Amino acid sequence: MHVSGIEDKARKARDKKALYGTDVDLESYESEAKPQDIVANAEDLPNVVKKAAMDVGVKLDGESSGSFVQMDQTPVIAKSLYEGVEIMDMASALEKYDFLQDYWWKLVAPDADKYTAEVAAAPPAGYFIRAKKGMKTVFPVKSCLYLGSSNLNQRVHNVIIAEEGSELHVITGCTTPAHVQRGLHVGVSEFFIQKNAKVSFTMVHSWGKEVEVRPRTGITIAEGGSLSNNYILLKPVKTIQTFPTATLAGRGAVASFNTVIYATMGNIDVGSNVFLNAPETSAESISRVVCVGGEVIARGRMTGRVPGARAHLECVGLLLSDKGRIYSIPELDGQSRDLDMSHEAAVGRISEEELEYLMSRGLSSEEATSVIVRGFLDVEIKGLPDDLKQEIKNITQREDLKGAP
Amino acid sequence: MWLLEIEDLSVSIGSKQVLKNFNLRISRGETHVLFGPNGTGKTTLLNVIAGIPRYVIDGGRIVFKGEDITHMSMDERARLGIGMAFQRPPAIRGLRLRDLIKIINPKADAMAILKKMDFEAFADRDVNRGFSGGEVKRSEMVQLLAQQPDFVMLDEPDSGVDLENIKLIGEAINTLTQKDQRPSQRTKSGVIITHFGHILDYMKADRAHVMLGGSIVCSGNPGEILEQIKKSGYEGCVGCTCPV
Repeated sequence: MHVSGIEDKARKARDKKALYGTDVDLESYESEAKPQDIVANAEDLPNVVKKAAMDVGVKLDGESSGSFVQMDQTPVIAKSLYEGVEIMDMASALEKYDFLQDYWWKLVAPDADKYTAEVAAAPPAGYFIRAKKGMKTVFPVKSCLYLGSSNLNQRVHNVIIAEEGSELHVITGCTTPAHVQRGLHVGVSEFFIQKNAKVSFTMVHSWGKEVEVRPRTGITIAEGGSLSNNYILLKPVKTIQTFPTATLAGRGAVASFNTVIYATMGNIDVGSNVFLNAPETSAESISRVVCVGGEVIARGRMTGRVPGARAHLECVGLLLSDKGRIYSIPELDGQSRDLDMSHEAAVGRISEEELEYLMSRGLSSEEATSVIVRGFLDVEIKGLPDDLKQEIKNITQREDLKGAP
Repeated sequence: MWLLEIEDLSVSIGSKQVLKNFNLRISRGETHVLFGPNGTGKTTLLNVIAGIPRYVIDGGRIVFKGEDITHMSMDERARLGIGMAFQRPPAIRGLRLRDLIKIINPKADAMAILKKMDFEAFADRDVNRGFSGGEVKRSEMVQLLAQQPDFVMLDEPDSGVDLENIKLIGEAINTLTQKDQRPSQRTKSGVIITHFGHILDYMKADRAHVMLGGSIVCSGNPGEILEQIKKSGYEGCVGCTCPV
């Protein structure tokens, strides 16, 4: 799409409300932020950013294939540490590569809603990550989107391309420091997983009580490609609405979505949407929600369009308080013969038997609840390097996850 | 000095009375065996001593280490020194056995305990998840070895266990009840429920009781009582001359 075409569409969709989630008053946020200093190495980042990233499982100065950090609207570092992976800030990438026009706004429409329109109208920021053909990395690319100014509308537009036969792992921590009273984060992400490429994308959110979040993600997976997408939200947030859409476009493509949510407040509307468009494709979506307050809407939608496609949805919730709500919406849309699609949804409580069992070993009721909640949220994520798996496990282990307040 | 004293305990579940004026005293260093047909209140007795809710105490009291624990919470009882191996414990998803051992007792040598029960391969498995009957029993023993209770209760530790592992479990019970020490030095006690008595070939017990209809009807030497039951069934225990 030509640049002016994108702008045109964005202009027309400026007031278009999203299908899901509460409506955000974009006018009440500022879009200009003080530019931040660029740094040469991840070690040179301000300590407050390094610490915030660490709290969401992103150890920026640890072993990695590279790093990207955006503070407010400024990408302050985009650096690859491995020749097989290219990492750039989006504006520079668009300037350098004409071919990016074939990817830019191809999986997310600029006029999908007012949030995509907002990003389309803004100067490009965010990351461009490319795993080059046949290059495999074990260490993840570490990225942090840091919203450090109050009342800011942080906008990012990310593109990931995993070229044929490559393997790429990305962990992104999105976070606000405690002093940010109020903010909005709108992120458009487009992931292109090419033939036989393998990608894991892990996103950990840690926002503030007055922060609103609207990610918009489109993913396409070619023949033999695979995606493991993991989303973790354990901290309070005002509202989040996201419904990433993946299209399994080539034979044998695989997608797996894992969602882990511990909600204490807010309106959290998350899910995944997968189209199985090619033979022998399979998709799995597992969501585990613990709610002690606030409203969680857990969506999952699978659309099977060719014979032999396999899909499974699992939405399981523990509701531990009268002040909370878990609304689980698993949807299966079969549009072909010979499909194998299933779902499992449950909203329940902690089993008394398990609680008593642990108490008989000397754990207090609170300790036992916390152990059970942690275990419940410990989703077995496949296709991740062991280190990354351990880092994700550590995130759930160190949080203070209580039962009813 | 009694470690555990149960005085005139009456317990019901719903409208059904399970224990009637039940009395039992266990000294420090003693291990007792409970025999009796199904539904006679053996498991209920252990559950009530452990403090599992759902049971209604209609009368009587339970005294442990001189303290009335009749209405104490489960975790307080555990911290006071009561431990229990469950007959059919639940699985806890996402909780590795290795981690549970550390939670139960941060000072425990988890690997040594697992090795003792030939259970190292299960260190990183979720507690009891997908375990066979015999594996569940070993998992229970592993946890108790970490907990090191002063009074251990074992509900059918030999059911569903193959011969090789019965020996391991018997040895663990002897460790827990300090049967590897001289009688005068033993301070830990236990009570064990067994249907067929297989486990008694591999562990030392001091005294046995036969329960019928929620009460003890017969007490004595474990070997003699088991022989009596094998010969003439539990009916033979009614009106027998064994001293209660």
